[in-house]
Amino acid sequence: MNLLEVRNLTLKKGENEILKKVNLILEPGEVHAVIGPNGAGKSSLAYTIMGLEGYSPKEGKIFFEGEDITNLPINERAKRGLTLAWQEPARFEGITVEQYLKISTNGSKQYSSSGIELPRLTPEEALLKVALNPEKYLKRKVDKGLSGGERKRVELASILLMRPKAVILDEPDSGIDTVAIEKIFEIIEEFKRLGIGVLLITHSHKMLEAADCATLLCSGFVVKTGSPEEAAEYYNVRCLPCPSEVYPQEEEKI
Amino acid sequence: MNDFEKMVEAYESSGGQPEAFKDSDVAHLVVAENRVLGAHLVPGLNMDVEETEKGIRALLVVEEGAKIKKPVHLCFGVLPEEGIQRIEMRVEVKDGGSVSVTAHCVFPNAVKVKHLMDAEIVVGNNARYEYRETHFHGNFGGVEVIPRAKIVLGENSALKSFFGLPKGRAGVVDIDYDAEVGANSVMELLARVNGYGNDRIKIREAGCLKGDGSRGLLESKIALKDEARAEVFNEIVALGAKAWGHVDCTEIIRDRAFAKAVPVVDVRHPEARVTHEAAIGGVNKTQLETLMARGLSEEEATEMIVQGLLQG
Repeated sequence: MNLLEVRNLTLKKGENEILKKVNLILEPGEVHAVIGPNGAGKSSLAYTIMGLEGYSPKEGKIFFEGEDITNLPINERAKRGLTLAWQEPARFEGITVEQYLKISTNGSKQYSSSGIELPRLTPEEALLKVALNPEKYLKRKVDKGLSGGERKRVELASILLMRPKAVILDEPDSGIDTVAIEKIFEIIEEFKRLGIGVLLITHSHKMLEAADCATLLCSGFVVKTGSPEEAAEYYNVRCLPCPSEVYPQEEEKI
Repeated sequence: MNDFEKMVEAYESSGGQPEAFKDSDVAHLVVAENRVLGAHLVPGLNMDVEETEKGIRALLVVEEGAKIKKPVHLCFGVLPEEGIQRIEMRVEVKDGGSVSVTAHCVFPNAVKVKHLMDAEIVVGNNARYEYRETHFHGNFGGVEVIPRAKIVLGENSALKSFFGLPKGRAGVVDIDYDAEVGANSVMELLARVNGYGNDRIKIREAGCLKGDGSRGLLESKIALKDEARAEVFNEIVALGAKAWGHVDCTEIIRDRAFAKAVPVVDVRHPEARVTHEAAIGGVNKTQLETLMARGLSEEEATEMIVQGLLQG
């Protein structure tokens, strides 16, 4: 049984098909990158898997640990262990970093394969892991006083605290400085170590280094699924520049 | 339990700190309906309170140069289901004086209660006045709160006023404040109100930045649901050179509630600047979905967003 399986997913917005019979599998502890040009449907895929408003698929199914979650609300998907980190995290007036992080500490307990309860991080520890000083940040508001990069790191800290089974990271490196990008790699490594599956939406070839496999999306189609190197090479050779205005019509497996 | 104890209990249930009334270093005034139940002074603060035919008349004076270390605690309330409380209050913070006031206005059982406040606040030069007023109106919506204030701020001074009604019904809230700000002084008038049922909220705040280098912020944040209505009329007039002001109104509406914001900026000096922003709408979708993606239900996420707005 796969951790996450997307089967023949089709998403329509108005007259446009944004996703076309997309298939994708994510296993525990695996980092599966989704790459592709602007408008390929990467973020739409992320939002559809998470069940955001306006992203109900026209066709296809989403399975999480074998359960069909296609019609579940967002919070029910979260309770089952699926979550999303937004490319542009929300700002919250009046809510402190500490309050924001604490909502992620109420999840169900997790156990190792030998049945030992795994310790949870504290908000302070989670902030340190994303290279933010708890003394400086816990009492700050998650509002316009924090930069986009800081909010992004706070969001990752909240996911570390939540400890889901699978996380969708939508462009985790955008707006992040080069020093902090190393921290993002460390966090992805930590997700892997904890057995958390990561669906990594990215433009960045650098981020592909963190991936175990990759899917190349173009105009809502899956063009390639394979190793990150193969997907990147295909993208560089065949997609940059795009050879024609004719988009691929079928999934092609390497 | 005597009336004072009942008021202190209501004060505590609305978020107040009752131990303040036992602290000899903390000045306080407790008024139930139009009766003074308790008062305590500290050095540097004079208070003259009398019960009149109409209600309560109070004069608070912070002496020249006096720095009142601990916040003065005020508790106003009407505990029965019906009643009228009318308070005329004059506050004078003399030159160089400094004071913070924490006020709680409690009407936990109100079915037909009126709370009328007419205030004059005069803050001298190099002085500071901070006033934080939190209301608790219960769940029946039977309160009319009608505060009026005329504020005059001298030079190099600061005034910050906060009106908060974060939980329970608002009933009818009709705020009307006028402020004049002297040179190099700072005025902040902040309001946070939660309304539901058929609550009616009206806020009118006007700040005149008369002095050179004066600054002013009028900021209202309101959350409404059911059939509640809110109207906000905030105005800043800038007369002085290098005066700077900002008018900000944010309102979250749900159900059949509606909100109106009319920010007015009036600048009469080429070196002055006043800005405004108003945002009215439903609960922000990305905020809601972010919290739901951490496992909160839609209702829990909405409540957290609304309370954040009202605490912010």
